[in-house]
Amino acid sequence: MRGGRAAVFGLAILAVAATSPASAQAPADASEKEIERYRAMISDPMSNPGFLFVDRGEALWKTKRGTKNVSLEQCNLGEGPGKLEGAFAKLPRYFKDADKVLDLEQRLLWCMEKLQGFDTAGVIKNKFSGAGRSPSDMQDLTAFIANKSSGMKYQAQVSHPKEKEMVAMGEALFYFRAGQWDFSCATCHEAEGQRIRLQGLPVLGKPGKPAQATMGGWPTYRVSQSQVRTMQHRIWDCFWQMRFPAADYGADGITALSAYLVKNADGGEIQVPSIKR
Amino acid sequence: MKKSWFAVLAAGAIAITAYVGEAPAQQGKVDLATTTKTMNAIFSKAPEAWKAKIVQDETQKACTTYRNSPPPAVAEQISEREKKNVVLPADGKFLGDWKTGERLAQSGYGGRHTDDPKRVMGGNCYACHQLSKKEVSFGTMGPSLLEYGKIRKYKPEDAKAAYIKIYNAQAVFPCSNMPRLGHNKHLTEQQIKDIVALLFDPESPVNK
Ligand code: HEC
Ligand code: HEC
Repeated sequence: MRGGRAAVFGLAILAVAATSPASAQAPADASEKEIERYRAMISDPMSNPGFLFVDRGEALWKTKRGTKNVSLEQCNLGEGPGKLEGAFAKLPRYFKDADKVLDLEQRLLWCMEKLQGFDTAGVIKNKFSGAGRSPSDMQDLTAFIANKSSGMKYQAQVSHPKEKEMVAMGEALFYFRAGQWDFSCATCHEAEGQRIRLQGLPVLGKPGKPAQATMGGWPTYRVSQSQVRTMQHRIWDCFWQMRFPAADYGADGITALSAYLVKNADGGEIQVPSIKR
Repeated sequence: MKKSWFAVLAAGAIAITAYVGEAPAQQGKVDLATTTKTMNAIFSKAPEAWKAKIVQDETQKACTTYRNSPPPAVAEQISEREKKNVVLPADGKFLGDWKTGERLAQSGYGGRHTDDPKRVMGGNCYACHQLSKKEVSFGTMGPSLLEYGKIRKYKPEDAKAAYIKIYNAQAVFPCSNMPRLGHNKHLTEQQIKDIVALLFDPESPVNK
């Protein structure tokens, strides 16, 4: 809850910082007003809509599913089987059993398949739920698990060679320019104080407060979509804006980008689920 | 004076030699081929026609390699190449209809994988530029274009330069963050003329 408010304030600060003198008088756009309205609504600590997802995620975590008919409670998110506190703060990270660096979403799929013997096809199909549609298991579970690191700080994992490789790859991908609009992530997330229309663009291509404030608020309840959205979704969304093709869910390249962004957000406080536009 | 010119030239030559001599991946730890493979793998399930859209051309490769700060020799190569890529209107006219231009400048439609390819695409100029005083929802990635034509006294050669800029931003500024809207087949010749009119018609809101 406190997380939600802090993140909204963070967003407001970013927006102010991104406003050039010439546009200082520009009125807030409709979605900014909508966030204001939500901020007023969530003065009651239990009414951040993101927590509905957290609660559903907790129930799902404990539900027996798959051919092995077990819950996810023994899933090892990096800190040991079933240990949730602080696990998200160290993701993405290297997992010995998978011999790969995985983000939270990839790891959850791994646990569903290996631990539960659960067919993930349906879960992947419903990875991003639309407004009013049935809930997404991935959104609910990530909200629940990330919330268990709320109040903690990101501890980017860059000691294992494969983690180093992943961060370096994420950085390289960040600068990859292509497509009908010649865009890369750096086009919009490198220079300070820039906006697209009225949306402030956080600087994510270097370590520091903007990356910390940004990443500390994911997963987030997106007011414009009435859903908790994950980092896989945010990056899918930016690729969409970039006029790139539809990104595969759980692609290693997306994890590489996340690993790079988390590295730049190292030490930033996690407050999730936050509320964003 | 002469001496300092020589000094500048010499320094430039050294810089150019130094850059040309370096491996393409000098800006990062991962080479472009490996990066490209990982990038392509993100879109493994996309239709082939969509995968083809993110195959980099030489200019995109260079801007990736040098992270948008190409050394002088590479910058020169890019602007030479992109200048050759500019196709000017056969009728020699650069000004269309500013009202259509304003609609195109406002619209960011087109080119996304959920967009209807049959619908008219926009130039999305307001996403990055201030253009008219009336529109307060404008981005700041590019400079303000308020009174663009008026400031330039509506000179025809400046309208031509604007056409070239919109057609191929990198013919003018290598590795610019501005998309090459004509070159990449996002805007048609007529649409670019309409947008140039938005910048250069005295009646357009840009110049009011
Ligand atoms: C064409 C511009 C553009 C490009 C290119 C772009 N983004 Fe974004 N990005 C945005 C916008 C606009 C937002 C939303 C900001 C807001 O909500 O106010 C955003 C938001 C984000 C956020 C969340 C910010 C927050 O405040 O929580 C992340 C993380 C992000 N982008 C990462 C990326 C990555 C990684 C790439 C490349 C794969 C990328 N972006 C490419 C425009 C872009
Ligand atoms: C994604 C961002 C982006 C979009 C979209 C964009 N531009 Fe730009 N534009 C820039 C940037 C950044 C610059 C400054 C660097 C440069 O000159 O290339 C620029 C520069 C310019 C200039 C040169 C300004 C000068 O100093 O004389 C003109 C003219 C221009 N843009 C017009 C347009 C028009 C018209 C459109 C829409 C059809 C457009 N731009 C779309 C980012 C953008």
